[in-house]
Amino acid sequence: MLKINNLHVKLEAEDKVILRGVDLKIGPGEVHAIMGPNGSGKSTLSYVLSGRDGYEVTAGSATLDGQELLEMEPEARAAAGLFLAFQYPVEIPGVGNMTFLRTAVNAQKKSRGEAELSAGDFLKLVREKAKTLKIDAEMLKRPVNVGFSGGEKKRNEILQMAMLEPRMCILDETDSGLDVDAMKLVSEGVNALRSAGRSFLVITHYQRLLDHIKPDVVHIMAAGRIIKTGGPELALEVEANGYADILSEVG
Amino acid sequence: MALVKAREDALAARLLALAAPDAAGWLATARAGALARLQAMGLPARRDEYWRYTDPAVLNAPDAPVAARFDASDESAPFDGMDRLRIVFVDGVFDADASDDLTLAGVRIERLATSGTADIHWAQSLYGVLESNGQMPVARPFAALNSAFATDGVLVHVTGKTAKPISLIYVHESDTSDAILHHCIKLDPGAELTLLENGPAAARFCKVMEVDVAEGASFHHVRLQGRDHARHAVTHLFARLAARAELRSFTLTANGRLTRNEAVIDLAGAEARAHLAGAAVGDGDFHHDDTVFVTHAAQACESRQVFKKVLMNGAVGVFQGKILVKQSAQKTDGYQISQSLLLDEDSQFLAKPELEIYADDVKCSHGSTSGAIDETALFYLQSRGVPRAAAQGLLVLAFLAEAIQEIADDTIADDIRDRLERWLNRHAAKAGK
Repeated sequence: MLKINNLHVKLEAEDKVILRGVDLKIGPGEVHAIMGPNGSGKSTLSYVLSGRDGYEVTAGSATLDGQELLEMEPEARAAAGLFLAFQYPVEIPGVGNMTFLRTAVNAQKKSRGEAELSAGDFLKLVREKAKTLKIDAEMLKRPVNVGFSGGEKKRNEILQMAMLEPRMCILDETDSGLDVDAMKLVSEGVNALRSAGRSFLVITHYQRLLDHIKPDVVHIMAAGRIIKTGGPELALEVEANGYADILSEVG
Repeated sequence: MALVKAREDALAARLLALAAPDAAGWLATARAGALARLQAMGLPARRDEYWRYTDPAVLNAPDAPVAARFDASDESAPFDGMDRLRIVFVDGVFDADASDDLTLAGVRIERLATSGTADIHWAQSLYGVLESNGQMPVARPFAALNSAFATDGVLVHVTGKTAKPISLIYVHESDTSDAILHHCIKLDPGAELTLLENGPAAARFCKVMEVDVAEGASFHHVRLQGRDHARHAVTHLFARLAARAELRSFTLTANGRLTRNEAVIDLAGAEARAHLAGAAVGDGDFHHDDTVFVTHAAQACESRQVFKKVLMNGAVGVFQGKILVKQSAQKTDGYQISQSLLLDEDSQFLAKPELEIYADDVKCSHGSTSGAIDETALFYLQSRGVPRAAAQGLLVLAFLAEAIQEIADDTIADDIRDRLERWLNRHAAKAGK
């Protein structure tokens, strides 16, 4: 599914190297978690994969089902099946959440040469998906993320994911700013989307999210590299001992 | 002295090029008064406070600049399909054949060109009167020039609720037409009228509309300026509102080398409400100026000014908006917002918001901003699969939404949104990345 080879990235503005040779391979239906201390490059990896401006790839590649992602516009990556759930979902005053969702769904359908959803079909679909995430009609009518609580914003991200049906989902610190109940709700939303053809990359500081979204593989990232890879037990080790042990072990 | 002489010469040259209208009846008296006002104030110059941001040279010139007729047939004409009474002016002259029959229940419509020679007329109490009142404290020379030389226009007396809107359509035919139109609209107590305006009008266009809204009457005004690029226009809306009267005016401006829209609103009766809004979109050689003066002279009146501009490729937007609250106008609720979205670094927005308040129990707020499109929001939309151009269009429409919301009629508002969307699509390729 997703294959990252020797990815090197620097910040355009500051000429600061962030990623120093990331290698990662995620198979279909797999859930991988990336953990790591602050500043290790986890969020940068998610932004570079989704095509945000301001980063320069100096070496390496990232492919989704063999398609080179790094050359594509962000919208083309989305159409190819990539989705990033933002750590800080963006507020867009003046654009209704419903309009936003419908524009996004139909733009992707169009670029894939599929028929656009009619207003009626779209409404039916969005209501059904919103219900399972406990998103009410009022939240759908409001401008995108404007005045939403932290939990509402994250649930709105998962709603978008459910509507767009991507094959490769990246969750960037989706647990940040969530209380226990909200985390459970969001995790249930994610788990409902798990399938044999859909993969996840879960970026998080803490193990607790991984109690809810159980990963197949856990990677530890530090100083722009993946320094250790293991099973779910690796996350528990981090939770118990912090990153220091692993960092010193690897050197 | 040289300056004074230069002004006198400029005015003399301008007047010489204008055809002297017929001199007879009530209109001749009104015109003579206006001419005296114009001669006392002279034509404007860049050093005048309210012309610092807009160069009046083309408006001052004796002859209209050459402007080819614009072909807008690639989209439907504005207000198409709406049941309305159409009044057509070609290069500033009433066209009876193209217009509907001027009879409509609850309204009496006359032409200025044929009603001026009578000794007495209801329009006497309005024509040039609100314009004259509006010359203080800020001189508006082109309004006085208009009152002195207007050759045509409509005199509309609304006595009841009009069954359908009156639609003024301005057709531009001749490359050098220099149209001067003056409309007077009087609404009796409780009367209601929706007035629509659209069309390029002429190579150079000078318009005055004086509106007297009596107690409890309501006047809705929607105007579409565009998409002719060669337009040079200066327009004025003078309105006086009595108690509980309502005025709503919205203007869409698309393209135009020079457009100056002045609005002078006098809230003269208690609990009157005036909402003025404008959405302007310009690309390249575009200069758009909203100059607004709202006077709160009575208690508990409400005024809103919502002006939004989208500018690209060196386009220039100007906003000069003032709220004056007189001592007698307690419980005033005044709001003013002027914002521009600059789609590149070459475009410019010049704003001068002013508040002058003499009452102590008022609520007045104003804000003025200019900024670029929100790159983070753009990326968010793109990451969901929305192509960059469409995402930008969505954000631009969101920016303009507050102004468009001021239109009372949803059908018209939707149509205007569609027009803006098409405009943005046409210009998106040029906007680039």
